Amino acid sequence: MAIATIDRAPTAIPTELARGRGGGGPAPKRIVVAYGFWIFILSDMVMFSALFAAFAVLRGNTAGGPTGAELFNLRNVFIETMCLLLSSYTCGLGALSAELRYPGRFLIFAAFTFVLGTAFLVIEATEFAGMVAKGAGPSRSAFLSAFFTLVGTHGVHVAGGLIALIYLSAQVIAKGLQAAVLRRLLCWSLFWHALDIVWVGVFTLVYLMGAS
Amino acid sequence: MDGSDRLLDRTPGVEEHEATASYLSYTAGLVLAILATIASFVVSQTNLLWAPGIPVGLVVLAIAQIGIHLVFFLHLGSGPDSTNNILALAFGVLIVFLVITGSVWIITNLNSNMMPMTAQ
Repeated sequence: MAIATIDRAPTAIPTELARGRGGGGPAPKRIVVAYGFWIFILSDMVMFSALFAAFAVLRGNTAGGPTGAELFNLRNVFIETMCLLLSSYTCGLGALSAELRYPGRFLIFAAFTFVLGTAFLVIEATEFAGMVAKGAGPSRSAFLSAFFTLVGTHGVHVAGGLIALIYLSAQVIAKGLQAAVLRRLLCWSLFWHALDIVWVGVFTLVYLMGAS
Repeated sequence: MDGSDRLLDRTPGVEEHEATASYLSYTAGLVLAILATIASFVVSQTNLLWAPGIPVGLVVLAIAQIGIHLVFFLHLGSGPDSTNNILALAFGVLIVFLVITGSVWIITNLNSNMMPMTAQ
């Protein structure tokens, strides 16, 4: 009992107050790992902000070519937005199922996430192909260069996320929901939700403001 | 012992199992995000808002939706585990703000000070 008293003396601060503020001992590993991955996501956001800035500056420079109002199909953009939003939802439910140690339920939600993410990419690729076929490719005007760079970079991120999802699902099947796999899943879900946040900026600045 | 033994037990690398969210919070986030999305599309396609105010309305709705995503999907709350993430986010938002508004401001200023271009 004497040892317990000595141990407890320097930690007079209540546990809940000390956590996350340097007191109360080291944070759990999943908090530390998620924080590191959060820093990566924020640096990715800074990169996207440069692309957003380039688009905002160049959006009016159509060089006599087609404008956004002539090119964008808002019905498609709405379907894309819903696909990505629902995939974010199923991704969250999958992460929660994994956290509660239900591998089967996680795999079902991962499959939904994958299908919705793929649907998003297919719609986007069809849109890009249609624009290029109409002569509105990235080399047509500064506006279109900025458009393809910004929206394309987001699409590449989505494609990378889908590949990582296959890889993680394989790990869940092969290794089970052990601590290291759970931490990777946590990071992946952060990445996927962050992509949805970028898409909010894309559909607002590029599509809705560009089409009206 | 009271609640402080949880503190003493913790060692680096040991997982402390606690569910951070619930199905309900994700569903609430989804409903709010869908509402914000529909509102954005309606505002941009109708005359619900005064025409020159539409971009402002869209930006406000986008910021609201990003907030919804941060709270309900990324679980950034006021809890002690989020303190560092919130500080990092605040720094990230500062950089994003500087890059975007700085670029737009400087380029707009340069553009308005250009010599008028005459058609050949």
